[in-house]
Amino acid sequence: MATEFHNLQELRHSPSLVTKVFIQRDYSEGTVCRFQTKFPSELDNRIERTLLEETVKTLNSYYAEAEKIGGQSYLEGCLACATAYIIFLCMETRYEKVLRKISGFIQEQNEKIYAPRGLLLTDPIERGMRVLEISVFEDRGSGGSSPSSTMSSGSSAR
Amino acid sequence: MKNCEYQQIDPRALSVTPLSAQNLGEKKAQSPRRKWEVFPGKNRFFCDGRLILSRQSGVLPLTMGLIVVTCGLFFTFDCPFLVKHLTVFIPVIGGVLFVFVVISLLRTSFTDPGILPRATPDEAADIERQIDTSGSSTYRPPPRTKEILINQQVVKLKYCFTCKMFRPPRTSHCSLCDNCVERFDHHCPWVGNCVGKRNYRFFYSFIISLSFLTSFIFGCVITHITLRSQEGKSLVQAIQESPARYPLCLVICFFSIWSILGLSGFHTYLVASNLTTNEDIKGSWSSKRGAEESENPYTYNSIITNCCVTLCGPMPPSLIDRRGFLPPDEPIPAASASDIELPPFRAKNDANMCTQSTKDVLERVVHSSDFPVLCSPGTPKTTPQVLNVSSRPALTTEPSPSVGCTQQQARQPAATACPPFSRSNKRDSLHSINPAFRLASPSPTLSRTTLILGDAPDTGFNPLH
Repeated sequence: MATEFHNLQELRHSPSLVTKVFIQRDYSEGTVCRFQTKFPSELDNRIERTLLEETVKTLNSYYAEAEKIGGQSYLEGCLACATAYIIFLCMETRYEKVLRKISGFIQEQNEKIYAPRGLLLTDPIERGMRVLEISVFEDRGSGGSSPSSTMSSGSSAR
Repeated sequence: MKNCEYQQIDPRALSVTPLSAQNLGEKKAQSPRRKWEVFPGKNRFFCDGRLILSRQSGVLPLTMGLIVVTCGLFFTFDCPFLVKHLTVFIPVIGGVLFVFVVISLLRTSFTDPGILPRATPDEAADIERQIDTSGSSTYRPPPRTKEILINQQVVKLKYCFTCKMFRPPRTSHCSLCDNCVERFDHHCPWVGNCVGKRNYRFFYSFIISLSFLTSFIFGCVITHITLRSQEGKSLVQAIQESPARYPLCLVICFFSIWSILGLSGFHTYLVASNLTTNEDIKGSWSSKRGAEESENPYTYNSIITNCCVTLCGPMPPSLIDRRGFLPPDEPIPAASASDIELPPFRAKNDANMCTQSTKDVLERVVHSSDFPVLCSPGTPKTTPQVLNVSSRPALTTEPSPSVGCTQQQARQPAATACPPFSRSNKRDSLHSINPAFRLASPSPTLSRTTLILGDAPDTGFNPLH
C-alpha cells in the first residue's frame, strides 16, 4: 500500500494534463446550427488553423443540409401531417440521416487529423448541439510543453 | 495540500474496499441505468424513456376525458339519427377527426418539446471563465446577458443559472418543467407538456383539428335538434325527447368552440409571422419598444414561407438522449474523501476519454466503431429494468451509505452543473477514496493519467462556488 501511495504521489507531478476547448455556436444567421469558425487561441500550437477551420466549415455545411428548407423537407412534413405523424415512428427523418453522416465524419477526422495531434472532437449532438468540444491531451513524453494558462493558474492556486 | 490529504487515506475507506469491489461487481451484473432515470428536469418518463411528460401534467386527463366523452355522446346519440336522415359520412368524418385529434394530442404531450440538456461542468466553467476574463460579455453584473447580432438585429442572450449556459435565441427556461426549451412557446396545462420547437407542429395540428371537430359536432347536434323539431314538434319538446345528455354535449361544444377557435386563430397568426407565444406576450419584436424599431429577425417576410418553415420544416432530433445508457462508472483517482476533487471527476466520468492517455485514445479511435458516442456506451446489457418510473427520482437522490457520500451531498447545491448523465454519486465516492482499487485496474497508464487529471480541473470550479 505504502509503495502504491508513493508512486501515485510521484505521478501527480507529471505534466500530463487535459483541458477542453469549446467552440460556440454562431447565431448571426438565426437559429440554424452553425459553429463559429474563429480559431481558439488555446489550440495555436496544437493544430494548423486551416485544418480546424475546414472541419468546422464542413460540419456547418452538413448541418445546413440537414436543416435546409426545400422540396424534400416540405414533402416529408406534409406526408407526416397527412399520416397524423405516425410516419415518424417508421421512417428515419432526413435530419437523423445527416446526423449519422456527421458522426461518421467526426470519427474519421479524429482518426486522421486530431488524434495524431493529441486532440479529440466530441460530436456536438452529445453536448446538445451547443458547443463543439475539443479535448486537448498532452503526451506524457513531451513533458510540460505549454500547459494551458488555466492549468498553470490552477496549480499556482493550489 | 493535496499530497497530505492523499496520504491521509481514511482507514474506513480501505475497509470498504472489498465491499466497494463487491458493490461494483453487483452493479455491473445489474443493468446499466438509462439517462432518463437521472434526468434533472421535472419530467416523467414512460415506456423506458420513450415517452416524456411534464411532472406537472396539469389537466391532460381532463382534456382526454372531455374529448372522448363528447365524441362518445355524439356517436351514440346523434349519429344514428343523422345517418338515417342525412348521410353515412357523418360518423366517418367524425371518426377521422377524432382519431386525428387524439393522435395529435398524444404526440404533443409525449414528445420532447426541444429540451436542451444542461451544460457539462467543463462547459459551465469555460463560460464562467470567458465572462470573468473578457468583461465585455456583460456590461453590468448579474443578470448575465450577451448581445449578438442576428440578421442585423441586436438580440440579447440571457444566462440560465439553472442550466449554466447562455440560452440560444428563442430558448426559454420553463419553470414548471425546470428545463430550457428551444423555441419555447408556452407550457400548456391542457396538454401536460411544454410546447417548443419539436412539438409545435403537433400542437398546432391538435388545436386545428380540435376546432374542426368541435365545430363539426356542434353543427351536427344543432342539425339534429333542428330536424327533430321540424318533425312537427317544438324545439323544447325536441330537446326533452332526445336523451338528457344533449345539453351537456351542446354546452361543452359551445364553450370550447370559442376558446379553441380563438386559440387556433391566434396560433395561425403566430405561425404566419414566425413568432412564439412567449415573444408575442413579452412584446420582444413589437415596434413600440422605445425609439428602436425591433423587427422579428427570424421571419422570412412571407406568410407562406413562415408557415411552411414552422409546420413542414425538418424535424429536429431530441437532444436529451433519453434512452442512452449512463457511462460505466470509472474509478476515480482522488485519494481523499475531500469533496473538492469529486465534482471534476464526475465530469470526467461523463466523458470517458478524459481518463485515457493519448495512446489509448488513438487505439480506441482506430478500433472502436462507436467511439464518438462517448456518453452512452453502446453495449446494452439485457438485464431487464424493473424499476418503477415513479420511484426513480427518489432513488437517484437517495443518500448512499458510503463514506464520501456526506460530502458529496453537501456538494450538490454548489455543483448543480453536474452533468445530468453521471449522477452515480455513490459509486464515485467509493472509488475516489480507494486508491487500492484504482491500482487494481488493468492499465497502469489509465491510473496514472487519471490521477494527474485530478489536479487540473479544480480551477475551473472555483468560480462556480
